[in-house]
Amino acid sequence: MNRILKTTAVAAAVMGVIGVAQAREQVRIVGSSTVYPFASYVAEEFGATTQYPTPVIESTGSGGGLRLFCNGVGEGTPDITNASRRMKTSEFERCNENGVTDITEAKIGYDGIAFAQSNDNEHLNLTRDQIFKALAAKVPQDGQLIDNPYKNWSDIDASLPDREIIVYGPPTTSGTRDAFEELVMEAASEDMEAYGGEAYTDIRADGAYIDAGENDNLIVQRLAENTDAFGIFGYSFLEENADTLDGASIDGVEPEPEAISSGEYPVSRSLFFYIKNQHAEEVPPMYDYANLFMSEQMIGPMGYLKGIGLIPLPEEARAEARQEVESHAKLELSDLK
Amino acid sequence: MSQSFDEITAQLKRRHRKSARLKWMSMGALILAAAFLVVFIGDMLVKGLPAFQQAQVQVEVSYTEQSMQIPPAAVNDEVRNLVSRGYLRLIPGRMRDNPELMGTTRMEWVLADAEVDQYLKGHYTRLSDSQKRTVDRLEEAGRAELRFNTRFFTSGDSKMPELAGIASAAVGTVLTLIVTMLVSFPIGVMTAVYLEEFAPDNRLTQIIEININNLAAVPSILFGLLGLAIYINFFGVPRSTPLVGGLTLALMTLPVIIIATRTALRSVPDTIRQAAFGVGCSRWQVVRDHVLPLSLPGIMTGSIIGLAQAMGETAPLIIIGMVAFIPDVSTSFTNAATVMPAQIFTWAGEPERAFIEKTAGGILVLLAVLISLNASAVWMRKKFERRW
Repeated sequence: MNRILKTTAVAAAVMGVIGVAQAREQVRIVGSSTVYPFASYVAEEFGATTQYPTPVIESTGSGGGLRLFCNGVGEGTPDITNASRRMKTSEFERCNENGVTDITEAKIGYDGIAFAQSNDNEHLNLTRDQIFKALAAKVPQDGQLIDNPYKNWSDIDASLPDREIIVYGPPTTSGTRDAFEELVMEAASEDMEAYGGEAYTDIRADGAYIDAGENDNLIVQRLAENTDAFGIFGYSFLEENADTLDGASIDGVEPEPEAISSGEYPVSRSLFFYIKNQHAEEVPPMYDYANLFMSEQMIGPMGYLKGIGLIPLPEEARAEARQEVESHAKLELSDLK
Repeated sequence: MSQSFDEITAQLKRRHRKSARLKWMSMGALILAAAFLVVFIGDMLVKGLPAFQQAQVQVEVSYTEQSMQIPPAAVNDEVRNLVSRGYLRLIPGRMRDNPELMGTTRMEWVLADAEVDQYLKGHYTRLSDSQKRTVDRLEEAGRAELRFNTRFFTSGDSKMPELAGIASAAVGTVLTLIVTMLVSFPIGVMTAVYLEEFAPDNRLTQIIEININNLAAVPSILFGLLGLAIYINFFGVPRSTPLVGGLTLALMTLPVIIIATRTALRSVPDTIRQAAFGVGCSRWQVVRDHVLPLSLPGIMTGSIIGLAQAMGETAPLIIIGMVAFIPDVSTSFTNAATVMPAQIFTWAGEPERAFIEKTAGGILVLLAVLISLNASAVWMRKKFERRW
């Protein structure tokens, strides 16, 4: 009898531990690995300066984050997801199907994508056309599409150095890769007749482009070892390793904060996070966190996030984005088109 | 058999040469392996040891109304960027807790910014030349120095490298492993006892046995997927918590413990069982009073090795959300937490240079813990093992 009692007590204790699930104080955030350093900085500040616990942030990638975010409403789904690109209409529709209908979009700033090499080399000016030709799987020649024949940069343009084309870049799951394909590959191929006006984003698979994994630090290290190679990664890594790396200027524009912010530097993209308004009652500190994120001390030109590589929005855009978050503006499908 | 003496001598020489070659080759393999280990650990030590020191600077802190509103105003212009922001942001809170500070100005040793820290350690830094001169001057005046970094062991993760520590990950590891052990040890030992002492030897038990052996070889990421599907999605265990992490790792440790326990049980000679039966013990008494106590050292050794394996695991934990930014030290099984290898993984991806030494420092701590766990397993085996 005694033994049965004991067993029951243990079982009850285990069930009790599992059953603790109430109104949460802790905000749950998922999403882009590019936004992750900024979001976790804000989260830490939030935890240190308010009575709420520090929000939990998982770095799942933009696509992975939006998938979790759109899984539904309620316990077990995240409150906020970060994205290094805008939500796609297909993702918005999936959200709606699963009952996530009230979403607020917050635009926090820009991130530049650097095309960089070891600074043992001379500084280089590249055009998007040249980068496209170096990396596309098929390139036009005499009006025909042929397998990419270029082995050295000087094959593309005699003014470029006689170095083998080797580029370390992110894998297909990465938001940085998506943005690179869109901003460089698509932009360059749209004007080329051989593709019939269609965007062409296939990257060559003959060894010139080397998939270097999600960790940008690995790419940075490889550039130090292989001084012939180029790397594709977020601007903050270029800034942080200014002693060993040199970012190529693209279409004549240097990768510098002002140029990225003004949109002059062609390979820059916007960063976002999305708030699930339906969790407002269940997770009270959600908006406090969002408002702290949007405050001038974080995303402003003198803000903390600038110090770790975020490129601030222009003043008007910042005020507008802040206003949208404060008023919990509802995102509509028509906004995304 | 018409070989001459010379032929046999030549053949003998060839055979001796062959065995000498084998000896040298195997010795070479050993040297190579040792060299890898030395290079790896040496590299970690060179990179990681600086993490156990942290720069501090002595600055004048003025506690005024203004510093209550704008904390950076508490220190003067020249050193403002040299002091850790993590220290400055706590000033208003300290003034609220200690009202007598208001209106005073004190010289205090405070945590320096990571850039200053990197500069003092001779690493690359983004400090401007004038800032470097300021730091040089402070150092000459004895107002800037490297001290033992207790914060590395007492605080959780942070985006500011000078604040980042391994404590929240260490506590998370302990909580997770407690759950792992509570689940996998009793189930594993009981399963092994049943299979070894009670189960009939038939087709069914053979299939079970093969499957347990296969389970030990399954890639750990699959256990993460299983954990996600069963614990989180089906039972609703909260994500990112030591509870779900421990349950998932328990699945992984289970086959290791079962196999180790069965080996330990099998090494108990049958004569002991027969003697116990002979004096009229029931099967339960035989197992409880004789077989289990004798095989306990083997069981413990196996369990510790299984535990050490679970401790170094990251892959399954990514899937159940334990690889996350978690600065707070977790205090319960249902709060979000991370574990040491996950913390190292997170640091390895940070852009700031100062995290390189944190990463290596974290690896050193993890290695130290794993080595002591494995050493205690070896010690236990040596001390309690009985040969029959």
